[in-house]
Amino acid sequence: MNNRFIPLIVFIVLAIFFAIGLTKNPREVPSPFINKPAPGFTLPVVGEAQQSFSPEALRGRVWLLNIWAPWCVSCRQEHGVLMQLKDSGVTIVGLNWKDKAREAAALLSGIGSPYLVAVDDLDGRVGIDYGVTGTPETFVIDKSGVIRLKHTGPMDAKVWDKKFAQLIKELNK
Amino acid sequence: MIPEFGHFSLILALLLALLQSILPLIGAQTGNARFVAVARPAAQAQFLFVMLAYACLVTAFLQNDFSVRNVAMNSYSQLPAVYRFTASWGSHEGSMLLWSLILGFWTCAVTVFSRRLPEDMAVRVIGVMGLISAGFLAFLIFTSNPFERLFPAAPEGRDLNPLLQDPGMVLHPPMLYMGYVGFSVAFAFAIAALLSGKLDAAWARWSRPWTTVAWAFLTGGVALGSWWAYIELGWGGWWFWDPTENASFMPWLAGTALIHSLAVTEKRGVFKSWTVLLAIATFSLSLLGTFLVRSGVLSSVHAFATDPARGSFILGFLFMVIGGSLLLYAVRAPKMATGSPFTWFSRESLLLVNNVVLVVALGSVLLGTLYPLLLDALGMGKISVGAPYFNAVFVPLMVPVLFLMAVGPLVRWKKGVWPDLLTRMRMAFGVAILAAVAVPWMAGQFKPWVSVGVGLAMWIALGVLMGFAERLKSGVSLRALRDLPRGFWGMQIAHFALAFGIIGIALVSGYESERNVKMALGDTTKLEGYTFTFGGVEEINGPNYRAARARLQVQDAKGRVFELHPEKRIYNAGGMPMTEAGIHYGAFRDVYAALGEEIAPQEWTVRVFIKPFIGWLWVAAALLTLGGLLAASDRRYRIALRERA
Repeated sequence: MNNRFIPLIVFIVLAIFFAIGLTKNPREVPSPFINKPAPGFTLPVVGEAQQSFSPEALRGRVWLLNIWAPWCVSCRQEHGVLMQLKDSGVTIVGLNWKDKAREAAALLSGIGSPYLVAVDDLDGRVGIDYGVTGTPETFVIDKSGVIRLKHTGPMDAKVWDKKFAQLIKELNK
Repeated sequence: MIPEFGHFSLILALLLALLQSILPLIGAQTGNARFVAVARPAAQAQFLFVMLAYACLVTAFLQNDFSVRNVAMNSYSQLPAVYRFTASWGSHEGSMLLWSLILGFWTCAVTVFSRRLPEDMAVRVIGVMGLISAGFLAFLIFTSNPFERLFPAAPEGRDLNPLLQDPGMVLHPPMLYMGYVGFSVAFAFAIAALLSGKLDAAWARWSRPWTTVAWAFLTGGVALGSWWAYIELGWGGWWFWDPTENASFMPWLAGTALIHSLAVTEKRGVFKSWTVLLAIATFSLSLLGTFLVRSGVLSSVHAFATDPARGSFILGFLFMVIGGSLLLYAVRAPKMATGSPFTWFSRESLLLVNNVVLVVALGSVLLGTLYPLLLDALGMGKISVGAPYFNAVFVPLMVPVLFLMAVGPLVRWKKGVWPDLLTRMRMAFGVAILAAVAVPWMAGQFKPWVSVGVGLAMWIALGVLMGFAERLKSGVSLRALRDLPRGFWGMQIAHFALAFGIIGIALVSGYESERNVKMALGDTTKLEGYTFTFGGVEEINGPNYRAARARLQVQDAKGRVFELHPEKRIYNAGGMPMTEAGIHYGAFRDVYAALGEEIAPQEWTVRVFIKPFIGWLWVAAALLTLGGLLAASDRRYRIALRERA
């Protein structure tokens, strides 16, 4: 073999390595929260601080907990999909994470809220309980209050069909 | 309507880029003159349409058209006009468009300044650049459309990242891109030479001025980025070995190696294969740098996974450009070493050592930058490779390069006489050692790296002086100085600039001092003979931010008084706090202050620094850029081109 091919070969080996590495989503490691009871909380409702919400209220229903923030760009990306899900009857609770600038209420009334209820996790404590590393993240919580699935990153139609649709159907049975 | 017009221009530009690449490349291979004739007009028209598209984007930004997603995400109605303009390249989409615009500009420059090149060479260069343009324009149109509309339109923009709202950031990206993209000319020349099989000294001579100009721009761009970090990040640091910085530093290192190896190829006809590889590597690293910073992979490797279309396009594009050119290299590179022989001690061999060490240093930076990404991508944990690694690996590697830098220009091509050189440089060596001992001694604190740095700087400066002395044997006069070729001036200025830069780096890293104090109105603190008195904090209103601005009265040892005004800004749109350092620049030291947090009403934490010789770094960068531009404007290149006509 001619040594002029060496740069090419080295490059191809590197490229394959990268292609494999970068196209996997490594955050998709099984979350330690799967099949554990969802951590409880009581938090004020966005825009109506005197009211509060706690997940016990949804016992007996299958619901999604969507961690988002007004400052989060990719949350805006998934907003449309969440609206459609809401219209098709999916229950979504929004955890408004570290909204220091207090923009959530105005934003939701502006662009429409996909949430049954949105709660304010101002200091991010509840987020920590759920092991949140970034926004958006979406958890599926079943009728008995157990976390069944965690998705990191924005929701889109493909993700929904691939990861969520079947599971939600089964859980709702 | 205007954004659609821009979008349409982009599509036309893509078609023209395809025309500009495919027809001339076929024409040059088959000798079809009509195909060849397409190259120049197509390239110029392509540039025109990209310019139109860019103008449309700028218009959308200036008019606050928040129905365009890109504008809504990166601008704000209260943003001052100059930042609304720079916001046009603040986003991923905008910066890719800027890239294409600058590529169009360089291609256009090639169409104008290549009239004296053999026609097949010139159109191949234009054709290869057209292929790159087509790649970028397709990327824009299919995955990153900067003109995408938002339904319904946003009532208000989300503001330009406050970090980017700084004068240093106005010029930094265009300068950097002028450098990155400029290397595409050297790359296109290398590919054209491989395609035609005419890999000779003439090819190196044509590439040289282009490469040097691109390198000068890149130097300026990297330096502006560093200066910006110094002012804006509030840590007083100027280089963090942060992946974003490394992304621009790697092409710079490769480009530096390329400039030197091109010189050898031109003068002596050796290292041809190596030079071609370096040209490919330099441009590949420029591409990698652009994508690393712009695709968001650095902040999260999952940028690829969450946006697969963009990610796979980037990977595919990089693979085609780099893989394709390496394949071409494998097939077409000269089969045997050619050119004139040289001995182990000659300018050739010294430049070879310079190249090898620069490439090794580059490899160490590349490894440190990509390793954490790779580990994270493979799910093997998150690590961060920081300054300790780079300082431990990179800095020692630079020592031999810098040492030989003073020697190289004094050694003859082909066969140097080393005992003779030893005698000639004895004095310089002695003085350098003396300086290496004296400066730390005067500073009252011995630090080994300061000593090495000062010694090297002195050694290089004396080498430059000896270079001039050699050229001016027949007498020193203004005229004789003026008659020296610009190439010589450029090289010596750039080398001298490094001496300057090393002094700055060594002294500021060795002797800077800082103090972090809590201050209330009237409190004073002392640092290195400077007395800082806190004059309180006042609220001020900027165009799109509110700021707390402190007054800090400083008195130096001689009793001179000046004021610093460090700020802490909160931008209206994002609510993101930003520091703006207060700096008193000086020839031998900067006095630097940054405002921390408010702990109690009117009581703040304040960080003050005395940074010796840091200003020399910016002077060095300016001189490097100047040196590069001077060298590129050498008469030789123009004459050489004319001879071919």
